[in-house]
Amino acid sequence: MSIQISGLTKVYDQQAAVDDLSFSAKAGEIVGFLGPNGAGKSTTMKIIAGFISPTSGSVKVCGYDVVEDSINVRKCIGYLPEHNPLYLDMYVHEYLHFIGSLHINSNKELKRKVPEMVALCGLEKEQNKLIRLLSKGYRQRVGLAQAMLHDPQVLILDEPTTGLDPNQIIEIRELIRSVSHDKTVILSTHIMQEVQALCSRVLIINQGKLVADDIPEKLKSVAAATVVITLEFKEEITTQELSELEGVLSLHKNGKIILVEASAEVDVRPLIFKFATDHGYTLLGMNQEVSSMEDVFRQLTKKS
Amino acid sequence: MRQILIKEINSFLNSLIAYIIIAVFLTATGLLLWVFPETSILDYGFADMSSFFSFTPYIFMFLIPAITMRMFSEERRNGTMELLLTRPLRDIDLILGKYLAGVVLVLFAILPTLLYYFTISRLGNPPGNIDTAGVMGSYFGLFLLGAAFTAVGVFSSSFTENQVTAFIIAVFLCFLLYFGFNAISTLAGLSAFAVTIDGLGMIYHYNAMSKGLIDLRDFVYFLSVITVMLLLTNLVLKSRTW
Repeated sequence: MSIQISGLTKVYDQQAAVDDLSFSAKAGEIVGFLGPNGAGKSTTMKIIAGFISPTSGSVKVCGYDVVEDSINVRKCIGYLPEHNPLYLDMYVHEYLHFIGSLHINSNKELKRKVPEMVALCGLEKEQNKLIRLLSKGYRQRVGLAQAMLHDPQVLILDEPTTGLDPNQIIEIRELIRSVSHDKTVILSTHIMQEVQALCSRVLIINQGKLVADDIPEKLKSVAAATVVITLEFKEEITTQELSELEGVLSLHKNGKIILVEASAEVDVRPLIFKFATDHGYTLLGMNQEVSSMEDVFRQLTKKS
Repeated sequence: MRQILIKEINSFLNSLIAYIIIAVFLTATGLLLWVFPETSILDYGFADMSSFFSFTPYIFMFLIPAITMRMFSEERRNGTMELLLTRPLRDIDLILGKYLAGVVLVLFAILPTLLYYFTISRLGNPPGNIDTAGVMGSYFGLFLLGAAFTAVGVFSSSFTENQVTAFIIAVFLCFLLYFGFNAISTLAGLSAFAVTIDGLGMIYHYNAMSKGLIDLRDFVYFLSVITVMLLLTNLVLKSRTW
């Protein structure tokens, strides 16, 4: 296990930002860390990276304790903090050299690694520019390059894609995916598609507590015990027989539009189609709403 | 530590700060020593640098906090502190790297003024008639004083995000340490402890060195001030884990 967290609690001024959080992650996993703002995502990541200390509980990274053995933990972590802090007055390669030199002692290795990472992150054209002059997308790449430079076993990325345009988001995701195969990646986000597209596992936390831990598909099916199908007919129909179809739970008629709530276990759509043809009704539209990660997220993190 | 030192020195050289600081320092001391009639050596008539050594601490009192004020506060404000503190780098290495960069800059400001010494030495009658031991002792004292002011500045910079706050606190602490104790010791009610209180201040030890006698006690005094300030800085950085 690359990361083992048990009973992690962080209290700020009597308010628990993280409350008895436990989970572990192994190499090869891309763990999506989800939660509303202020749920304790960044706090947890800061603790794992060794920037702040936990109030209680233990965090082990690559077998080292973050409090006792902080330096060793920091050696095997690549960390991209929230808001991606950079030295704006440095040149890209100068910056990577500086951060790299804090991790890599051999100058020769550093001279080999920096161009490698520059190429991997698509920064060749920008490497001789001042960071101040880079666009947000390129700055984000510099931040990622800095985190991955020393080939760490664990990557902690705090909102790596915020503020990027859709193309850049996809590029950054590809980049994360391409380096992640033998690493443990923890990334926080509140973009649900990101989790669906990228993560092999989702942790949802709310008010400092873990509320869900599963693969993205499983989580979706939890919320999707029922589906809603919207039907539109050309003529007025009687709904009596429709409500007796197998799997249909309830009906809601609104003129010629009918909302059918059905169980997700059986697909009722073929039955509905057959019902329409049997009675000679003209079915103009049928639309099944698939419940998304957004719904799961909303369900699990609703303020009770 | 080496990496931080190099980074800090590069950032001095890449920004105008270093050049401005050194230029202002040399202009100010040059004017005081050679141009302003009140303090000019040429008008004074003696081959002596004491006016230089008595004014420079007051110039340092403003210039050194200006060098050090950004060291930690800027990192805090930009969030790069988080970047640095999550690298395999001990806090004390970070502090020493930044501190030594400041000391190097102070040294670069002082070195050109050796020219004043050679000039005055030549102007002496007969040439070379200058208290070399006294001047060298003073230079050593001045360097230690600069190093102590730098430590005070690094400390002030460590606990605030605001550079102006860091600057003002550093100026105040430098003033207090340099001159404050001496002034307090002259209070009538404290006359019984005057020598002890005076000994806590830098001016006492600095003046002792300018006699050309490098006493181990004075050396240890400055070293202690530096150590205490850097340890306090370390404590401030540690406080993030409380």
